[in-house]
Amino acid sequence: MVTREKEYRVDYLARVEGEGALYIKVKNGEVLDVKFKVFEPPRLFEAFLLGRMYHEVPDIVARICGICPVAYQMSSVHAIEHAFGVRVDGPLRDLRRLIYCGEWIGSHLLHAFLLHAPDFLGYADAVRMAKEHPDIVKSALKAKKIGNELVALMGGREVHPVSVCVGGFYKVPTKRRLEAFKPQLKEGKALTRSLLSWVADLEFPSFEADYEFVALSHPAEYPFNEGRILSNRGLDVAVTEYEDSFEEEQVPHSNALHSRIKGRGSYMVGPLPRINLNRDKLWDETREALAEIGFKTPCRNPFKSIIVRVAETLYAFEEALRIIDDYKEPERPRVDFEVRAGRGYGCTEAPRGILYHRYDVAADGKILSAKIVPPTSQNQKRIEDDLRAIAPQLIKLPRERATWKFEHAIRNYDPCISCATHFLRLEIDEE
Amino acid sequence: MRSARPKIAVFKFASCDGCQLSILDLEDELLAIGEAFEIAYFLEASKAVVKGPYDIGLVEGSITTPHEVELVKSVREQCRVLIAIGACATAGGIQALRNWKGSAEFMKYVYASPDYIETLDKSTPISEHVKVDLELRGCPINKYQLLEVMSAYLAGRAPSVPNHSVCVQCKLNGTVCLMVSQGIPCLGPVTQAGCGAICPAYGRGCYGCYGPKESLNTPSLARRFLHLGSRREEVVNMFRLFNAWAPGFREVEEKIGD
Repeated sequence: MVTREKEYRVDYLARVEGEGALYIKVKNGEVLDVKFKVFEPPRLFEAFLLGRMYHEVPDIVARICGICPVAYQMSSVHAIEHAFGVRVDGPLRDLRRLIYCGEWIGSHLLHAFLLHAPDFLGYADAVRMAKEHPDIVKSALKAKKIGNELVALMGGREVHPVSVCVGGFYKVPTKRRLEAFKPQLKEGKALTRSLLSWVADLEFPSFEADYEFVALSHPAEYPFNEGRILSNRGLDVAVTEYEDSFEEEQVPHSNALHSRIKGRGSYMVGPLPRINLNRDKLWDETREALAEIGFKTPCRNPFKSIIVRVAETLYAFEEALRIIDDYKEPERPRVDFEVRAGRGYGCTEAPRGILYHRYDVAADGKILSAKIVPPTSQNQKRIEDDLRAIAPQLIKLPRERATWKFEHAIRNYDPCISCATHFLRLEIDEE
Repeated sequence: MRSARPKIAVFKFASCDGCQLSILDLEDELLAIGEAFEIAYFLEASKAVVKGPYDIGLVEGSITTPHEVELVKSVREQCRVLIAIGACATAGGIQALRNWKGSAEFMKYVYASPDYIETLDKSTPISEHVKVDLELRGCPINKYQLLEVMSAYLAGRAPSVPNHSVCVQCKLNGTVCLMVSQGIPCLGPVTQAGCGAICPAYGRGCYGCYGPKESLNTPSLARRFLHLGSRREEVVNMFRLFNAWAPGFREVEEKIGD
């Protein structure tokens, strides 16, 4: 028999944040090798945080990612507050959820409509998609803009906002200013509801895998800033115990460290895990809208993550409106605290999944050590597992189509490579 | 109407993607940009790749690997007008903090086997490697400045990008000076405007994310911070953030003396 080896490769993956590549090697229909490579150059954040003051950390770590700077600010302030023994409650805690709502809206709609939707319909990008689906792209851009405006209202600008600090904020908005923004949020909510019906009608590849879903879970709310780390296979640990359950390893083909659950292997973080573990915490309109489109949980089809991103966007609009209705201006924009030596842990739900930070702080407020585990590092191993699992159905397709589908499977994760290296290229080998 | 739309390309080196994201954050203008320009190479947004040469190249990120040193040269060759966008591309970015220590020590801290990873000792701006026609400052850039540059290109005129200080912007905004009224150290006097002077408006000192303005007196400002009670190390670190390697901020340690 003639041996047939095939390689599929994509040197520079498009429509992802950062630089990565794909390489898949197939022989006689058997998948020999799968590599999701991250070649984005390392930027070494954890090293240059050493010796900096605690109050500089939120602004520095924001620069790990231009798409989710708020997530980095949030995980870092929670970790440092934990080290100092400070709790931020009441309106300040709600305002943190509010700025996070803005980031979820902006990031989710960017991915769902500008990066992911074109894969389902066979367009190279959203500008081309807009020629045949102008209303959808325009609605998505409009709603996305409202999310960005919310971040800017809270933090001065949408990328690397400037208001978040340890203890709260440099400045908090007035009730009047927030009230004045409600009409835009209501419009965004209405637009998102129709966008949700549209994504639900896309054609989804029939693919499911037996995932370990990992997300934060909080008794009273859909998780943003706080909660225990849960999985569908019985994991239930405090944020302080993260490193007892998860480990990172360096692999030669990637500038991003791979995460796994100790003794088990790959796992998934992000929208699917969040909704599978927390659906009952969504607000009414999102729950109704999901029931209306017949969305079933647990959902094990990663291509359907686009539905969840839009559903979570709808939730974020609802939650933002709820927060503004309940808002009472705090007496001071931040709580008092004493700088002290200690170790602090923080884990929050970035749009792409849990983002873990751990710092050791000296008595004078200097950072002695830092550990940051971004969601894309955690998903990397699972992305490779997905590619391996989906390969047998894809290698029957013509090469170009197969390669596109492999890319699509990667984009299901909304990988943020800039984050992961603190890290994408696709290569498929076929001989 | 032009018979052919100008071709625009977006390239990325070491960065957070925040500056190229600014293009996608131009929600009201994005589709019009797609009409006015041929988006020929923009991997963050499109799979479609049109071969060069390009009329405009926007470059985000700093040069940190031997491969990037070569790549940026070929980018230059393909672009008629090359525009560096953001603090990474114009000054080396936050990752230029390695320039004082070398990357080896840093790599050891992040990666168990640093040998797998190729990186240079210094993170450097685009202009250190190739001729750059225009620099847009900021961490991140101001998306409306980018829009102004694109509009100016279409109109065949020079872009209007102010180079006064953040201090001037505060006066224009009517923001009360934090340093004068509350003794809060602020880099506004030596930092180029463009951000809208948002930090002082939010009650905190400017942290210099648009980098040094022309004709600045960094040592004098640094001494003022010392008088206000900052420790020497804190003052040096104020300049060692997103534009740490930019001339004007880079030498602060030597210039303030002991």
